Amino acid sequence: MDVTSVLFYVFSAILLISGLRVITAKNPVHAALFLVLAFVNASCLWMMLGAEFLSLTLILVYVGAVMVLFLFVVMMLDVDLEAIRKGFWKNFPMALVLGVVVLIEMLLVVLKNPLVTMSANSDPATNISNSNKLGWVLYTQYSYPVELASMVLLLGLVVAVALTLRKSEKAAKYQNISKQVATDSKTRFTMIKMDAEVEDKGEAQ
Amino acid sequence: MIGMTHYLVLSAILFALSVMGIFLNRKNVIVVLMSIELMLLAVNFNFVTFSSFLHNVAGQIFVFFTLTVAAAEAAIGLAILIILFRNLRSINVQDMDQLKG
Repeated sequence: MDVTSVLFYVFSAILLISGLRVITAKNPVHAALFLVLAFVNASCLWMMLGAEFLSLTLILVYVGAVMVLFLFVVMMLDVDLEAIRKGFWKNFPMALVLGVVVLIEMLLVVLKNPLVTMSANSDPATNISNSNKLGWVLYTQYSYPVELASMVLLLGLVVAVALTLRKSEKAAKYQNISKQVATDSKTRFTMIKMDAEVEDKGEAQ
Repeated sequence: MIGMTHYLVLSAILFALSVMGIFLNRKNVIVVLMSIELMLLAVNFNFVTFSSFLHNVAGQIFVFFTLTVAAAEAAIGLAILIILFRNLRSINVQDMDQLKG
C-alpha cells in the first residue's frame, strides 16, 4: 500500500466518522464542529484528486463563512436539548432502512459503471496548475454564469437582512406605500385660520 | 491504487449518511440543514471525482457554482430559522404547521 492509499483511507475514515457524529450528536454545537472536521477532510481528499482551487475554496467558504454562520445561529438560539432528542430512537429503524436502501441503489449504479475502470489521476500532457485552468474557462466560456452567481450571492445577502430585520419604528424606517399612494392635497397642505398680525412699533416703547 | 470507484463509494456512503440524518433529526431543523450541507458535499465529491478522472474541467466549474448557491442557501435558511424561532420559540419541524398542509 503506497502513501496515497494510506492517506485516502485515513481521510475518508475521519470524514465518515465525523459525518456520523454530525447526525447523531446530542448538542447542535458539537454537530457543527464535527461538520467543520468533515469539510476539512473532504478538502484534503479534493486536494488529492488534484482540485486544489476548489479544496481551498471549500475551506474558505464553508469552514470560514458558512460554518461560522451555523455556530452563530446555534449559539444564539436558546434550544431545549432534551426536547430535540425526543423521537431519535423511534425514527432510527426507519432511517436505517432508508439509508441502506439509498446506499445499495447508489452502489449498484457506481459498481456497474463502465467508466470506473479508468484511472490515471493527473494529466501528464500539461503542467498548467488547476487554478490557472479553471480561471481560463471561468472568465471566458463561463463569464455569464459567473455574473449570475454574483447576483445569487447579492440576493442571499439582501434576503437574509430583509428577513431578520425587526420591523419596528426604532430599528428601521419603512415606507408605507399605500399611504403614499393614497395621498391628496388635504394631507399635504393645511390652511390655518389666524388673526392678522398688526405692526405696532410705536406703542411698544 | 486508489481508483475512481473508491471515491464514488465514499461519496455514496456520505450521501446515505446524510439521508439518514434528515430522518433521525426530525425535531431539530439545525441538524437537518447541516445534513443538507453534507449531502451537497457528497454530490460535489462526485463532480470533482469525475472531473479529475475524465480530465474535464467542467465538473469543477459546476462545483464552483454549487458552492455559491449552497452559501446563499445556508444564509437564507438560517435567516428563516431565526424568524421561525422568534415566532414559535421552537425549532421542531412538527411545530411548523401554519400552512395547514
